[in-house]
Amino acid sequence: MSVAAATRPEAAKVEGDLIIEVEGVTLSFGGLTCLSDVTLSQRRGEVLAVIGPNGAGKTSLFNCLTGVYKPQEGTITFRSRQGHASAVVGRRSLPLVARALEPGGIVPGWWMGWRAVNTKPHRVNRLGIARTFQTTRLFNALTAFENVKIGVESRQHTGPIGAMLRLPRARREEKESDARVVELLDFVGLLPRANELASSLPFGDRRRLEIARALGTRPELLLLDEPAAGTNPAEKLELAKLVRKVNGTGVSVLLIEHDMGLVMSLAERVIVLNFGKVIAAGTPSEVQRDPAVIEAYLGTSYRAREEKGQGP
Amino acid sequence: MGYLGTGTLTGTEPARAGGGAERPRLGWLRRLAASDDARRLGACVAGFLLLAVMTGPEGSSLAPTSGFSGSLLHPRVFAFIGLGVGLWALITAKRRYGDRARRLSEAISAAPRRLLPNRLARYGIYLVALAFAIVYPMALSQFWQNVLVDQIGVYVLLALGLNVVVGYAGLLDLGYIAFYAIGAYSAAYWTGALPVHPPITLNPFWAIPLAIFAAMLAGVILGAPTLRLRGDYLAIVTLGFGEIIQIVATNLQSVTGGSSGPASVIPHFSVNLLGVHYKWGLGDLPYYYLLLGFVVVILVTFHALEGSRVGRAWTAIREDEVAAESTGINVLKYKVMAFSIGASTSGFAGMLWASQVGYIDSTLFTVQLSILVLVLVIFGGMGSLPGAVVGAAVLQWFPWFLRVHPLFGFQPEDLFIYLGALLVVMMIFRPEGLLPSRRRKREISLAEHGEGTADAMTEPEGAEP
Repeated sequence: MSVAAATRPEAAKVEGDLIIEVEGVTLSFGGLTCLSDVTLSQRRGEVLAVIGPNGAGKTSLFNCLTGVYKPQEGTITFRSRQGHASAVVGRRSLPLVARALEPGGIVPGWWMGWRAVNTKPHRVNRLGIARTFQTTRLFNALTAFENVKIGVESRQHTGPIGAMLRLPRARREEKESDARVVELLDFVGLLPRANELASSLPFGDRRRLEIARALGTRPELLLLDEPAAGTNPAEKLELAKLVRKVNGTGVSVLLIEHDMGLVMSLAERVIVLNFGKVIAAGTPSEVQRDPAVIEAYLGTSYRAREEKGQGP
Repeated sequence: MGYLGTGTLTGTEPARAGGGAERPRLGWLRRLAASDDARRLGACVAGFLLLAVMTGPEGSSLAPTSGFSGSLLHPRVFAFIGLGVGLWALITAKRRYGDRARRLSEAISAAPRRLLPNRLARYGIYLVALAFAIVYPMALSQFWQNVLVDQIGVYVLLALGLNVVVGYAGLLDLGYIAFYAIGAYSAAYWTGALPVHPPITLNPFWAIPLAIFAAMLAGVILGAPTLRLRGDYLAIVTLGFGEIIQIVATNLQSVTGGSSGPASVIPHFSVNLLGVHYKWGLGDLPYYYLLLGFVVVILVTFHALEGSRVGRAWTAIREDEVAAESTGINVLKYKVMAFSIGASTSGFAGMLWASQVGYIDSTLFTVQLSILVLVLVIFGGMGSLPGAVVGAAVLQWFPWFLRVHPLFGFQPEDLFIYLGALLVVMMIFRPEGLLPSRRRKREISLAEHGEGTADAMTEPEGAEP
């Protein structure tokens, strides 16, 4: 008989070439605490999954990561490929004093060269974090092509004057973005439906289109909020393939998912949230056997099935 | 199921008198009342009758129902009833034969579409329209030429500007005419017509960029803090701004000349450049061509803007602000951009108008004028350039048409009653406007099916904690 091994929540924090670091993030709405002291980190190029029962704070965590919510405490630091660290949430150093001070245990005030930062969603996107939504939020009255183009163009520089007068740069950027959109639609397999309205696409395709739009903004980290929700098994397989393909191009993926099969097959590490706290972290198989996780999320019948399958 | 049918005339319940042997009295009336067609006819006629009673020489907006004291057998009452029946006939025909008519028109338009490339056909239409706009006014009388410049040309410019704010970016601006005032007053200032004098007095032509800049600056100053607000709040703030500008213009007599206007006249345009000397005088036609030139330039540039990165960003914001933000679009920046582009167009219109009329005073820049421009945009079709032009032209022409045709007994004070009635009918049957843009049309039909919103007015999910 196998003994279920407990994993430690501290394992959510890893070392190495990190792309994102979440330190002690606490978020509450009035008296309701959504996230309490959440600490986790993700390595560059990794596929990390966040699982947990409904209301555990997964989407709140995503909203903190993308600057939509402003947590009361904690820091979120994003490191770009060039090694430049930017605070999504937390305190940013003012240039000169920053070098003299190490971020220590004390909470410094603005007078010590630190000030509170809550980066706006569009700035977060510019840093290199793109996201999809739990309920797809496409621009429904636009075509698939235009949806992706809006993503691609958010990185361009044509202003109103350039656009009005069709200056050379505007034309060049237009051409560049068109080519990039075709490339991206081909990548997610939607090129044949490029001219269809986003609202008329089937559900699975809408998910892919949202991923293509997010990829258009050239992210280093892609946040997927329940990408498989509401899709059928065939679409799920396709989606897993697509996520692997995205990851293969060097984009790190942070994934919220309920479908354990998908999580097991995709994620290198899994972090489990419950009531806004990290209760376990580890490889998929470790987490799957963790009694706390089974208790909170997978359910005891899951354990019984697992044991029956494993025990001699 | 007509919208108009509900609630008018009573007795929609079928006769319930038991047995069936004895038919209830006035059964035919009940059956008639139960038929949708009759109810709709009743509603249409009643609506127009109300309009006839509330407006016209006897009634006025000051005492709306005093028309009752007059004779109901006045020819204009019959004219209005005729219009009501006409509307009913239109509705009925659309309900009965709408699908067939659409199929027929598609079949008819399919043939030339196959022959002509779409783009070529479109440019052909533009050229014909432009040629018409150039040639036709020459044949008009002095009166209509004046209407064309003062009432139509300037308002087309205004509608084009507001179309960027309301149509492209989905922001409700009720103080739009404030920028018109700013443009007009800066024209007066730089040409030396105001009691305060500028450092150098300029020809109106050189005052154009300054007037545009002043209006744009006002747009940015007002927009940057207030465009963080959403929907209703923004409308209220802009409404307040419009009032502030008008009141300041009235009370700052030493600067603006107040409600009686500055003493000296704002000069007409003139060109003295590279050996070309031309002066726009009192005639309307030269001004008309000047306006036409500017309108064409604005149409071309705004069309380019609509199909560009900036236009798409506006569409994205209008459709889903949260998604737009997380796709890397700086929502506030684009809103301020739309707001100030609209403001500068409005300022430009004010500048042209001030120089043409030669006189301004603070009583001209009322909230009603802001509302009127908004009505023009909504009527034409939000977010559509041809819509803004045609909407403004038709709606501005129509009151003058009514004025010269006495049968309808049109009174200028009644204008907003008619416009209100028109908008009500419009919102029921063609909410997307006269010549809607394709995107807007899609948005409205999607919104009707409960998918997404057609503007940036609604609060998105996930507000600040």
